[in-house]
Amino acid sequence: MEMDDVFKALADASRRSLLDRLHARNGQTLNELCEGLAMTRQAVTKHLVILEEANLVTTYKQGREKLHYLNPVPIHQIGERWIRKFERGKLTALSELKRQLEKRDE
Amino acid sequence: MSKPEFIYVTYIETTPEKLWQALTDGDFTERYWFAHRAASDWNVGSNYHFTLDGEKRLEGKVLISDPPRKLAYSWNGCSEEVRRERTSRVTFDLEPRGTVVKLTMTHDDLDEAGVTFRGIAEGWPMVLASLKSFLENGQILDIPRPIAAKEAVSV
Repeated sequence: MEMDDVFKALADASRRSLLDRLHARNGQTLNELCEGLAMTRQAVTKHLVILEEANLVTTYKQGREKLHYLNPVPIHQIGERWIRKFERGKLTALSELKRQLEKRDE
Repeated sequence: MSKPEFIYVTYIETTPEKLWQALTDGDFTERYWFAHRAASDWNVGSNYHFTLDGEKRLEGKVLISDPPRKLAYSWNGCSEEVRRERTSRVTFDLEPRGTVVKLTMTHDDLDEAGVTFRGIAEGWPMVLASLKSFLENGQILDIPRPIAAKEAVSV
């Protein structure tokens, strides 16, 4: 399931830092992404594959260069999935939230 | 050619024809695109616009129209704060992949210092996630609309 891939991809600090770098500057090459990072080029490549498979990074070929872009759409889909649940009835959702929070305190 | 500023991809369980309709038919756009209503004949060279509660918010010309594969249009915001910004360009590529359609949306020629640039970085991912939900489940998010629009509705 695609949402599992998104959660797995996000559950790693190195991969999140690569997403942060793309957020700061979109459309970078592998070389640019590796600059100033404590990761090997090989490790960055491996993380990018996982991010691409989760559709969190998308690539674009410009001449011989492959540019990497941040694709936050799946993150919004996660948000949307949970928000929609609450929409089914705001009162029901709120009382459910209260019940869950109180249960955790027990 | 300069590189595109934004490329967003989503995979939607639908057909290219339905997705094309969702991108171009005002009755559809209104339901997932912050209540914005599209209007155009979507022929190359034609004008199009998006309205919110009857007020024009976005306009431009159709640059590529190859249903149900590729749609591109120029993008001019109509609000006071963005109307002097450079005209940018939006391209939608629809590729069937088995039971899903890969939708790639590219926005380029943007003014990186502009208001549109920041708005797009936040807005497109939400619109595309909402579009996916709309086509797959017929449901949409209750995304808060701009305050001006809310006031216009409540009057």
